Amino acid sequence: MKGLKLWLPLVAFVAVLGIIASALYRPADRTVYSAMVGKPLPAFETPPLLPGKPGLASAAFHDGKPKLLNIFASWCVPCVAEAPQLMALKAAGVTIEGVAIRDTPQAMRDFLARVGDPYAAIGDDTASAVQLSLGSSGVPESFLIDGNGTILLQHVGDIRADEVPGIVAKLRAAR
Amino acid sequence: MIAEAGLAALWLAAALAAMQVVLAAIGVRRVLAAPDDESALTTDLIGAVRPVAIVQGALAALAMAMLIAVFLRSDMSVLLVAENSHSEKPWLYKFAGAWGNHEGSMLLWVTILGLAGGAVAIFERSLARATLTATLGAQALIALGFYAFLLFASNPFARIEPAPADGQGLNPLLQDPGLAFHPPTLYIGYVGISVAFSFAVGALVARDVGPAFARAMRPWVLGSWIFLTLGITAGSYWAYYELGWGGWWFWDPVENASLMPWLAATALLHSVTVLATRDGLRAWTVMLAVVAFSMSMIGTFLVRSGILTSVHAFAVDPTRGSFILALLVLYIGGALALFATRVGTVRVGNTFDPVSREGALVANNLLLSVILGVVLIGTLYPIIAAGFGVQLSVGPPFFDKAAGPVALLLVVVMAAGPLLRWRRDGWRALTSRMAVPGAAFAIGLVALLAFGRGVALLPLLGLALAAGLAVASVAPLWRRNLLRTPLFTWGMVVAHLGIAVSLAGMAAESAFTKQTLVAARVGEPLQVGPYTVTLKGISPVIGPNWSALEAHLVARRGDAPAIVLRPQSRFFTNPVTVTSESAIATRWDGQVYTVLGQIDPSGRVQLRLWWKPFVTLIWLGGALVALGGALSLFGRLLRERRARRRVEAEAWA
Repeated sequence: MKGLKLWLPLVAFVAVLGIIASALYRPADRTVYSAMVGKPLPAFETPPLLPGKPGLASAAFHDGKPKLLNIFASWCVPCVAEAPQLMALKAAGVTIEGVAIRDTPQAMRDFLARVGDPYAAIGDDTASAVQLSLGSSGVPESFLIDGNGTILLQHVGDIRADEVPGIVAKLRAAR
Repeated sequence: MIAEAGLAALWLAAALAAMQVVLAAIGVRRVLAAPDDESALTTDLIGAVRPVAIVQGALAALAMAMLIAVFLRSDMSVLLVAENSHSEKPWLYKFAGAWGNHEGSMLLWVTILGLAGGAVAIFERSLARATLTATLGAQALIALGFYAFLLFASNPFARIEPAPADGQGLNPLLQDPGLAFHPPTLYIGYVGISVAFSFAVGALVARDVGPAFARAMRPWVLGSWIFLTLGITAGSYWAYYELGWGGWWFWDPVENASLMPWLAATALLHSVTVLATRDGLRAWTVMLAVVAFSMSMIGTFLVRSGILTSVHAFAVDPTRGSFILALLVLYIGGALALFATRVGTVRVGNTFDPVSREGALVANNLLLSVILGVVLIGTLYPIIAAGFGVQLSVGPPFFDKAAGPVALLLVVVMAAGPLLRWRRDGWRALTSRMAVPGAAFAIGLVALLAFGRGVALLPLLGLALAAGLAVASVAPLWRRNLLRTPLFTWGMVVAHLGIAVSLAGMAAESAFTKQTLVAARVGEPLQVGPYTVTLKGISPVIGPNWSALEAHLVARRGDAPAIVLRPQSRFFTNPVTVTSESAIATRWDGQVYTVLGQIDPSGRVQLRLWWKPFVTLIWLGGALVALGGALSLFGRLLRERRARRRVEAEAWA
């Protein structure tokens, strides 16, 4: 019995080695998969940021129409780069709902005046609470949500021009 | 020619390593076959092992010198130089660039390994001849594997035809004076552990596990532990100021890869002392030496194979990963098999009471092993999860919660350990000796509960325990003639005090840090902790191989003179990269840490400002720990020399 016990370290080592070897020979996949896809949109309710523009609540995503939820901020530089693509999506008939992270009305007004305003509503998320509940780690991020409030896609980073047709097609298909 | 000379030196060194293995194997076999035959010990076979080891080390060093030479001369016909250097780089980074890449760092590894083997051959006198020969054989076997790895899978001297006009440059994150010394320091630590491993294998092969072997191994363990401590401390500070996210430890896989050997080496350091002074824990010490080396091998493997996503994964290559994996199987698997077959022949050493110095050291070893297990599991878990198709990463929340409480428990044992007597002691005596440190802990706890509002549990206990440990660690010096206290006792006191200092820094940083993230306009005052920071302006700056935007910040606290901080966002052209250079002001009670982010079109500047009270204690503590190790090492070597002199003098009398 004691003799057998002495082999335990070797067995443990072989186990660790097996784990490492399996990782080494498995093709590396560096894509980040979203854990939110296929899950219902978490419930939230945010006040309006700008007078004249409604705030946003998760209830708005249950009206049978698929929508794009855009997490953004006036202080975020990639959001400026993303703005033309959002305008193009709006022109293609996509409803875009916005959640502004840690923002102020004045800064937001300047931002929209400069880059355009594709948003049907802009919710004010001063504490990043909505952002965190969505599992979003930065700005900008976009979520495709179907008419029943289920998340279809999480897009991390700014939407590039070549990605616009794909997103439009996905939203059409969700109808 | 220089590159070819280097390659030739490398091949010769490999051939000598092979010879060293064969000579040692035959020699040791003869001695073991006829243990009483004195003539077997003095054959030419065994006599040749020492000089071969020395020449092998010298040849490896020559190859490394040749590589440094081609980097300094910017010889772009060498592929490695073309890929990792640039003729316009400052000379320090050309020099450090020699090991700022996969091939060069592996060559540095074997160079240090070869030099360490040579040093064992020259300096080790007290060990039995057969054990020493087996040790040198094991060391050569390790070296041989790495020579093969270099020569067959990552030749640093490969030429490129035609030679490009200039090189591609070094990763800008690595263009930092800290880099020049961080990898060599850690490698000396890793390799020192390989020497300890070779000693353990040698002792197992020669069936000579006892105090003499422990005394021979101890300076190597101590030395490599000092370098690992320095390497980890310096690496942590480098990440802190260079990466610009304001943290000093992120439980990144490669950080863990350096921490695991350190934990194992710390455990080994304490158990080897038990073996050397009290002849206890024989099998356990051998086991720890094997574990420590396997942790440093796994560390090398994680860094070099790139199977885990990490800031350090510069070289991603599965063939190289397979090679190191094969070496891992050969060495660690071989050593563990040897352990299983041989350790049964190691007789039980001296035994002791649970309440004794030895008992505390065993508790220390067990707790360190638990932390080691937690770190190992946390590091490998993403790989296991990926095997089941689950994508996840394990980060600070897991490690802090799982390892933190165990580490605090370890601090308690650490405070008590040095106050215990060897072999047998009583609870009552211990309690009375712990009264003053206990009082320091209680005062700290009460003060924090009264004045530090909203401090989380772990930092709270950390700060109070640091106070207790600081008092307990100097307690062994009370009522002692300080001048006649041996140097290694001073070493222990300083090292334990260093842990207290470092712990205080970690806990203070996590409890009291203030952070502000803003898009600031020029002239607008910003508040962070006790400081008011004002952005005065932004200006362009040109460096040797970069251009940058530099913010001009002025920080004020009360009536103290204003501090000027100039964080930069640097743009490198070779290769094209943007890095952020934080600006840090150090005061006696903490650091103001500022990072410049992007500038938005309306002219607002993203700034990250931190006030980190007492954060410098973390690295100061690390330095104290290393200093303690150095004092201890020096003290042991001094005592050994004196003992040898005495023996020689007696022989003459």
